[in-house]
Amino acid sequence: MSAPAPPDLRIITSRFDIEDGHTLAGYERTGGYAGLGRALEMAPADVHSEVRTASLLGRGGAGFPAGVKWGFCPPGVWPRYLVVNGDESEPGTYKDRLLMERDPHQLIEGCLIACYALGLSQCFLYVRGEMAHAQERLAAALNEAYEAGFVGRSVLGAPDFSVDITLHWGAGAYIVGEETALIESLEGNRGMPRLKPPYFPASIGLYGKPTIVNNVETLANLPWIVSNGGEAFAAMGADNSTGTRVFAVSGHVASPGVFEVPFGTTTFRDIIFDPRYAGGMRPGRTLKTFIPGGASAPWFFEEHLDLPLEKTTVDQAGSMLGSGAIVVMDDTTDVVKACHNVVRFFARESCGKCTPCREGTSWLEKILSRLLAGQGRPQDLDLLMDVCDNISPGINWPPRQTTICPLGPSAVSPIASALERFRAEFEAYLPATAVTVTGVAS
Amino acid sequence: MARLNANSLGVAQEIIARYPVPRSALIPLLHLAQEQDGYVTEDAMAHIAELVGVTPAEVMGTCSFYEMLKREPVGDYMVNICNGISCHLLGSSDLIHHAEATLGVRPGGTTDDGKITLEAVECIAACTEAPCLQVNYRYRNRVTAEDFDQLVSELRDDTAKVASHGQLARVRQHIGDDRRAGVSPPDGQGEPAWMARNPSDNGDGS
Repeated sequence: MSAPAPPDLRIITSRFDIEDGHTLAGYERTGGYAGLGRALEMAPADVHSEVRTASLLGRGGAGFPAGVKWGFCPPGVWPRYLVVNGDESEPGTYKDRLLMERDPHQLIEGCLIACYALGLSQCFLYVRGEMAHAQERLAAALNEAYEAGFVGRSVLGAPDFSVDITLHWGAGAYIVGEETALIESLEGNRGMPRLKPPYFPASIGLYGKPTIVNNVETLANLPWIVSNGGEAFAAMGADNSTGTRVFAVSGHVASPGVFEVPFGTTTFRDIIFDPRYAGGMRPGRTLKTFIPGGASAPWFFEEHLDLPLEKTTVDQAGSMLGSGAIVVMDDTTDVVKACHNVVRFFARESCGKCTPCREGTSWLEKILSRLLAGQGRPQDLDLLMDVCDNISPGINWPPRQTTICPLGPSAVSPIASALERFRAEFEAYLPATAVTVTGVAS
Repeated sequence: MARLNANSLGVAQEIIARYPVPRSALIPLLHLAQEQDGYVTEDAMAHIAELVGVTPAEVMGTCSFYEMLKREPVGDYMVNICNGISCHLLGSSDLIHHAEATLGVRPGGTTDDGKITLEAVECIAACTEAPCLQVNYRYRNRVTAEDFDQLVSELRDDTAKVASHGQLARVRQHIGDDRRAGVSPPDGQGEPAWMARNPSDNGDGS
């Protein structure tokens, strides 16, 4: 199936067009908190089973099955915590903010369902600092939900189910989207990742206790899954990429937008060119390249357009769906500048804990800067690849890591992609004398 | 400058009470200090250290990691122009150059009248609305040079309806005492009560 999702297939963006969808009244009127009620009629383990059956993949970037991740909490170790990752900052990514602003109760309901299923006794909702509107929408929704008895002491009147949701907000640091850095930040520290193993959050997380870290979009799917059953969810989309997913299509397209589509069956061509989605390139322009899953992802080209938005397929093709961010570049794009833009991002956001990332991303940025300034050296293009190889040996996909987290290796993606495909454009930035020297040397 | 005043202190204590470990409140408290004074003062950091039971140096360590927390005075309005890849493709560099020329400052600089601090920032998650910016963390979408000039004139005469720097959400979380479940300390509690529910007895037990 490659047709766009009909409106009735929308699961988590169904209230985006409802003016008061962010209020408790609007949410309840449109079926809100029914999933929580249904969950509380079930045994916690059965709720977990439904999520396993749904094969819900994590929507934050890594795409790990949520139901499996939930099973990693060591038995008998209490308390356990839920940490919601709302620190959306991957360049091009723009969905969690909308889910928090336009349907905050759906996320709150998802949090409560997760807490109930796994025995998580407190939830921390970590929202990116820069998202002031999302913070106030969530604060307002939580205040309403507490008053109405959906959150806090004796949820829905059940004397044995009480859980607090603490709204927390960051202060500007991309790295905090990495789950162990998120936990460090939530503990009041500098947001630097922890080594895994041993610090897998499910076993040693917040305050050293088992902690489930889930993305906003992941949790937003839970009310629907519990209400309609895991099998109904798994029946949508592809075998290994079930349900729907929200993609932001930005850059050089006619109608940039955020679209919820069937996961795994919609193709890149559909979402980029279909008039019901991004509507194709700007008039008179042609596709040069696109980033399929956020700034960390290797770039795709014309020949990848007919691939489905399906995790396994995209992984095998050498990139990733990542955080659901598709950034489209047309024939007017200066790929060296685009490459520099993405690399500068990683250099700036490196937390500085691991040497290959701290030093490597800075060097990559400096080399690209001097190239753009017309001061490149003949050996610079090979030097870029050499630095990349030091950060991620072999420059393969998925990337090998010399670092604690994937930030450093992510900076390799744009260089490896752009330099391999558009080497002549990089060479064109070398000063004329340098080009001659290159010719002589080779 | 200032430690937290009585009003901020009340809010601070309510925030701290929502965490099982007080140190977790550090970032929200630093935001609170910034809301009070427009930036995070050394006295405020010392006060926050007392409140959560850490040293002032530890507060400084956390504070200095995060871009939003300013330890020097900034303008009443932070104008943060997005320079992420999606905005880059649609002209953010031109917009930044225009802003530099209009305001007479480079990114990181503040205008002489103390009104506006300009920053070029990484992706702020409005990628389909490129090029975009935030004024004190409130969005302006698809910003043209003319839009920018209009914004600057509104900021200069305080008619832009944007709260001054430091205030983020205009709504705070508040949990009534009768509704509070209670924090879950890491060294407390066994299995939560509801996990004993087993009506169908066919769960997978994980």
